[in-house]
Amino acid sequence: MSSGRTNSETKRITQQVGFGLLGFIATLTVLPIIVVVGYMIQKGAPAISWEFISGFPADGMRAGGILPAILGTLYLTLGTAVFSVPLGIGAAIYLAEYAPENGWTRAIRVAITNLAGIPSVVYGLFGLGIFVLFLKLGTSILAASLTLSIMTLPVIISTSEEALRAVPNSFRVVSTSLGATRWQTVRRIILPQSLPGIITGVILGLERAAGETAPILFTGAAFFLPNLPGSPLDATMALPYHLFVISTQVPGMPVQIQYGTALVLLSFVLVMNIIASVIRSRARARRLW
Amino acid sequence: MDIILITGFSLSYADGTEGLKNITLGIPANQITVMLGPAGGGKSTLMRAINRLNDLADVISMTGSIIVDGLDVNDPKTNLVELRRKVGMVFARPVPLPLSIRQNITYGLEVAGITDKNRLEAVVEQTLKDAVLWDEVKDRLDSPGVALSGGQQQRLCLARTLALDPRVILLDEPTSGLDPISTAKIEDSLQLLKKRYTIVLAPHSVQQASRTADFAAFFLQGELIETARGKDLFTMPKDKRTQDYVEGRFG
Repeated sequence: MSSGRTNSETKRITQQVGFGLLGFIATLTVLPIIVVVGYMIQKGAPAISWEFISGFPADGMRAGGILPAILGTLYLTLGTAVFSVPLGIGAAIYLAEYAPENGWTRAIRVAITNLAGIPSVVYGLFGLGIFVLFLKLGTSILAASLTLSIMTLPVIISTSEEALRAVPNSFRVVSTSLGATRWQTVRRIILPQSLPGIITGVILGLERAAGETAPILFTGAAFFLPNLPGSPLDATMALPYHLFVISTQVPGMPVQIQYGTALVLLSFVLVMNIIASVIRSRARARRLW
Repeated sequence: MDIILITGFSLSYADGTEGLKNITLGIPANQITVMLGPAGGGKSTLMRAINRLNDLADVISMTGSIIVDGLDVNDPKTNLVELRRKVGMVFARPVPLPLSIRQNITYGLEVAGITDKNRLEAVVEQTLKDAVLWDEVKDRLDSPGVALSGGQQQRLCLARTLALDPRVILLDEPTSGLDPISTAKIEDSLQLLKKRYTIVLAPHSVQQASRTADFAAFFLQGELIETARGKDLFTMPKDKRTQDYVEGRFG
């Protein structure tokens, strides 16, 4: 009897140690984020000023602001959205609501999964070959946006498809029984119910596009431009590439401008992330099923 | 007069589960036809074959014919949207669409292209009264359908089926999750509704079947065992299996 008690006592302690350990590891994963953000703020905050955000680079980029890079990243993100959002959501609707389960759709899914695993520099090279050279778009916002779109598509398709499939099947049965066509069911019931999930996926995909350097390196990013781009066929400066340039290519670069640029890029991505979380949690609170 | 004619109808599912074997059955208009039998007997499958809802499931083969009000259900030329407006359905578990009470009822009309506000309003009031729900919800028509209790949700589902003014209403164990008072309300409204509609009911108990039936059909493992007018199936069943079932020896 006493050995039984000891046994359960031992189990309880083992369990507590186990939970403690897991909790510690979970905390460890948060630590790098806090350190990175904290470090960036500490090093970069002194550089942040209205001039830094709204001004042009000066003195071989060693002074002045980063406005062209900020606007460039904004243009590229919007350009990517224009192509990848309708295509991605359309593909997800087809896969989740229309496609029969057969070899063909399985092949499509495998292709999408593989697309997500391709290194970003390969997308860059692909974009150079197809958009810049073959389609003669030149190194331009358009070519870079198309390249980023292809990279972003798998994320948008798979998260959107998941969001669509999460809507209970009983809604589809009921809607059909009330005489709705498949498309009416999708448009009136399934899409509105899955929209928060889809928006989250779109933001996560675009956020990745905003932060990438390799895909735009050969397709649309410029080392330095004295003027803002005037059309989608112009090249542009962009935050990630600008950060690479001022960190490795410019001798005598003031460190705080580097960290200031990094902080702006980080904030850009973090804000998008926060918007996605807010949409998600608000939708969860309002959900009717 | 039979409004639904089922002739030599068989169906099998892709996953090998029991479908239907050579069913021949006429369903009389403006009466309550009760389909009874143990679970998995084919009642739901037959109902979903009548309005082609089985299209959403994995059916591999269908033979024989089902004619609803002159419409050949399995004819490739048949307009399924038209068929489903003619044959409404209420399911075992009430599933309000993620819309308001009002929108749940107008949904079927709106997808049919009817947008006249006055007409929709009139339908909302009339169908909620027919489903004995109006007094309980008339002050909160814009609150979500899921906010209602289970029994109210099921009456909402009945009302939204009525909104399409179908010829036939299929009810697949509509009271299986409801308390006795809600069940009684549903049964009462069925007695009123059969004057205007043909009702096909899969009851959730033999007692409910014998309370409601004008015409009864007993199903077992995908086969139609016997049919009878009025309460005859319960008082003088011809087949031994029917007798065993209605007397509660199995099922």
